Amino acid sequence: MTESGDPLTVETEPRPPPVDEQPDDKGPTIRLMSSQLEVDEAEQIAAAVRDEGIPMSFAADELVFELDRLSCFYGSFQAVRDVSLQVPRNQITALIGPSGCGKSTLLRSFNRMNDLVDTARIEGRILYHGVDLYADGVDPVEVRRRIGMVFQKPNPFPKSIYDNVAFGPRVAGFRGDMDGLVESSLRRAALWDEVKDKLKQSGTALSGGQQQRLCIARAIAVEPDVILMDEPCSALDPIATLKIEELMRELKKNYTIVIVTHNMQQAARASDVTAFLTMGDDRAGYLVEMASTQDIFTRPAHRLTEDYITGRFG
Amino acid sequence: MAGTTLSATEAIERRLRGGVTDWRSWIVEGALLLSLLIALGVLLVLLADIAVTAAPVFGERAVDFMTSPLSARPEGAGLVQGLIGSLLITLIVAVVALPIGIGAAIYLEEYARDTALNRFIRTNIRNLAGVPAIVYGLLGLAVFVTVLGMGRILLAGGLTLAVLVLPIVVITTSEALVAVPESIREAALGVGATRWETIRSHVLPYAAPGIFTGTILSLARAFGETAPLLLVGAIAGTFSASGGPIDQVTSRYTTLPTIIFHWAGYPQDEFRALGAAAIAVLLGLILLVNGAAIFLRNRYDRKW
Repeated sequence: MTESGDPLTVETEPRPPPVDEQPDDKGPTIRLMSSQLEVDEAEQIAAAVRDEGIPMSFAADELVFELDRLSCFYGSFQAVRDVSLQVPRNQITALIGPSGCGKSTLLRSFNRMNDLVDTARIEGRILYHGVDLYADGVDPVEVRRRIGMVFQKPNPFPKSIYDNVAFGPRVAGFRGDMDGLVESSLRRAALWDEVKDKLKQSGTALSGGQQQRLCIARAIAVEPDVILMDEPCSALDPIATLKIEELMRELKKNYTIVIVTHNMQQAARASDVTAFLTMGDDRAGYLVEMASTQDIFTRPAHRLTEDYITGRFG
Repeated sequence: MAGTTLSATEAIERRLRGGVTDWRSWIVEGALLLSLLIALGVLLVLLADIAVTAAPVFGERAVDFMTSPLSARPEGAGLVQGLIGSLLITLIVAVVALPIGIGAAIYLEEYARDTALNRFIRTNIRNLAGVPAIVYGLLGLAVFVTVLGMGRILLAGGLTLAVLVLPIVVITTSEALVAVPESIREAALGVGATRWETIRSHVLPYAAPGIFTGTILSLARAFGETAPLLLVGAIAGTFSASGGPIDQVTSRYTTLPTIIFHWAGYPQDEFRALGAAAIAVLLGLILLVNGAAIFLRNRYDRKW
């Protein structure tokens, strides 16, 4: 792919920005706060996080993402407010929180997938290896090549298994041994043995768990730096889920993984670092705390986190 | 114990079997069936009438009928000029309306932002599809025949019908594109494909069956259209249609439906039979085209 050896250079080739990238700032964004009290609490927490320093902080060369007061909007609706956190390299970072707290929105801003939504825009910054992903001239196509994504519902192309994996490298201009790349990608996704004799069959004919591993193979075929996973197991049975989690632990040796999950056991089992988000009464999600997964689940620093992980809320 | 169980079973059995006949749903079902029979019946009577009236023509001179030019003598009249005219017009429609219509739909669905203006445009394209054909005839007369000075030539007729089916092509293509799940676009964009690569490699191929079906049906529509062509110069008098395709396109012309329209107005009884025969040919061709559309749809139908 394109100089994937050096993740510090984000290509800034002056490709004309797609039509829908101009920020949609029709009308002022008014923060509608139905409960000042709740928002005060959110502010306090945010302030505490700022004052104490972010609970998890990492050496700069260990960082992949650094979010600086990131807010996400859909039109005038604020989905995420002032999230500051750091994502460490070669670790699995889980984003947990109740439905609608903006986890997926946050995740989809990591590779500019939200650009596809006309009304979506962000405030604040997402630094990827120190480069602002939303700076002028940053090519979202190149961003997505480096920061791959696996979606909630397995979405293989209705093409052959081979073509599913080969599509990414092809559009990236890969000119090497495609058969070898397809095989190694499928091997790394722990799917090779199950599909090696039927590479010409349609990807949609596989089982749900196999489809999701095919999607992982498709994502790693372009040699990304990061894999974002948006509730990758929510449509899968427990056995398929365990396979994916096992695979994630294997993949983190080479990739940085950020996973959104509803399943707290999954976060506890599979992740190294956990960020807990919840939402205020105005439905904007905010970060409550971020810590090592063990700390979050054994001695959470905030009552909201404790309520959530013990099942009293959410 | 056994006694109680038995009587309970009996009670349930009585309730399950002893229902009153549900007259209301019986009547509704009957009325719906009747509607279907009326619709089919009218169609069948029409087709039978055409078949019976047309039978002598096909019996006596089927090949001669298909290959003879227009004539005032019923025994020598044929519709070869209509066949050529209709096919050339459909060809012009295909060449002009399909690329523009499909392109417009791709822009609207895949590129345009969801703004008030675009929603307005979308709504109006739907309205345009509902505008009576004769209005397009007037438009063709004003724009192609008069302002552009083409005169009443086949090209003007073809362009008029191209404008007529354009909204239909845009709508059917849009619907086929919308039917491709967003998750497929996300999947392609997520591995670093550009928007165009995503459309070319995934969205268009998966939408193709729907696009084919819709566009073929719109061509069938153009093939059978009469009213606008009467305004932009299709005639049914005797004229010599000779020369190569270019000459054909730039000269006076006629089409199958136009011929039917005129023959139906002639006083001689023989022309009634000729008209019926021409209708049979027209119906047969349209059936063929629609059949091809249905075949393509079933052949490439995709389940998500």
